[in-house]
Amino acid sequence: MLTKRIIACLDVDNGRVVKGIQFLNLQDAGDPAALAKAHSESGADEIVLLDISAAHQRRATLLDTVRRAAAQLFIPFTVGGGIRTLEEAAAVFSAGADKISINSAALADPSLITRIAARFGSQAVVVAIDAKRRADGHWEAFTHGGRTPSDRDAVEWAREAESRGAGEILLTSMNRDGTASGFDCELTRAVADAVRIPVIASGGAGGAQHFVEVFGEGHADAALAASIFHYGYSRIADLKQELGSQGIPVRWPC
Amino acid sequence: MIAIVDYGAGNLVSVKKALDWLGQDCAITSDPGAVAKAAKIVLPGVGHFASTEALARSGLQDAIAGAIARGVPFLGICVGMQWMFESSQESPETPGLGLFQGECERFPARVKSPHVGWNQLEVAESSRLFREVSPSPFVYFTHSFRAPVGETTTACCEYGGSFSAAVERDHLFGVQFHPEKSGEIGLKLLGNFCAL
Repeated sequence: MLTKRIIACLDVDNGRVVKGIQFLNLQDAGDPAALAKAHSESGADEIVLLDISAAHQRRATLLDTVRRAAAQLFIPFTVGGGIRTLEEAAAVFSAGADKISINSAALADPSLITRIAARFGSQAVVVAIDAKRRADGHWEAFTHGGRTPSDRDAVEWAREAESRGAGEILLTSMNRDGTASGFDCELTRAVADAVRIPVIASGGAGGAQHFVEVFGEGHADAALAASIFHYGYSRIADLKQELGSQGIPVRWPC
Repeated sequence: MIAIVDYGAGNLVSVKKALDWLGQDCAITSDPGAVAKAAKIVLPGVGHFASTEALARSGLQDAIAGAIARGVPFLGICVGMQWMFESSQESPETPGLGLFQGECERFPARVKSPHVGWNQLEVAESSRLFREVSPSPFVYFTHSFRAPVGETTTACCEYGGSFSAAVERDHLFGVQFHPEKSGEIGLKLLGNFCAL
């Protein structure tokens, strides 16, 4: 049976992981390469590295970070943050990423999805959607790290992204992000039911029950979290064991 | 030297990286001469079945067929495995190499496609590629078409029905999943291939 994926996300600023990493017994706890490997060894099904550096710092450090992380990573590895052109995507792939994640640039020019997919395959193109609930009950897609409203309906944008060649949707609930109060199952389900490609739920993970909910009622194919793996569960393995005992198909033991 | 065949489809870095990690002497190449001289050949592939037409045009197909005829071990990954079959519904006019019988087909409409993620295999004991691997390992897939189960199938996977996750016959091996992305188990499989 196809398992539900648990994805560990590393937020990286100028070559350093910026969220807490208290649990891991690492020599250098801020090193993305060391942390990616540690997550992989503790049972992560996939690693997402999100570069949140200011634009002027990004070029210098990102490719080096990706190269170092990829060298010892043998599970799927997605890199996102500030990729604006086919050439920038190509450089990230050459450095060892398996997939790239695009958000603002895809909304500004949706043909970018098609161009990257044509060269590297749809499986390599993740379209990230940051969605915020509106008063009318719909969700709006935001760009530039959640700062800029796009005036696009998130569900409708997910459909367009799929039709343009996206291989997966990484869907973040801006309302839930950082709250540890659970994924937005309603949003996730609305998008997951609207497309045929996998949907990765993100934003709000606080405990195992939240994963059970988003895989069940949320219809998510995968779920991504950052801080829970740093503070909440000491090991992704413990989360997977708990999910398995609740009947969620997971890759465990790895 | 292990030749990783580059025919312009997809990203070959991860396969190279895995073989490097295993300490293998390997190179990404699009030169038929280099492929003809290789001790082993790996044909990765992500993308469309029609992209394999580049193999025939570039002379790589002849180099591969010649090497296979001389008994050189060959491993096809993903579309590289599908190409070892006779054809694929993805591009009916593109012939495969026909090393294995059957046509690759689409997933049924009742399941999401592509099939992306970690799925579990049922491995035949006789498999040399899966030597010393657990009989029901998890591996990473990403594909929209699948090969039928037949006599040469050594690992089955279930997703909208059963399909061939791995085939082998003599020195010919094909895997639908990505061993280079399947953690320790994937590295073990690649190691087994390299040790043949």
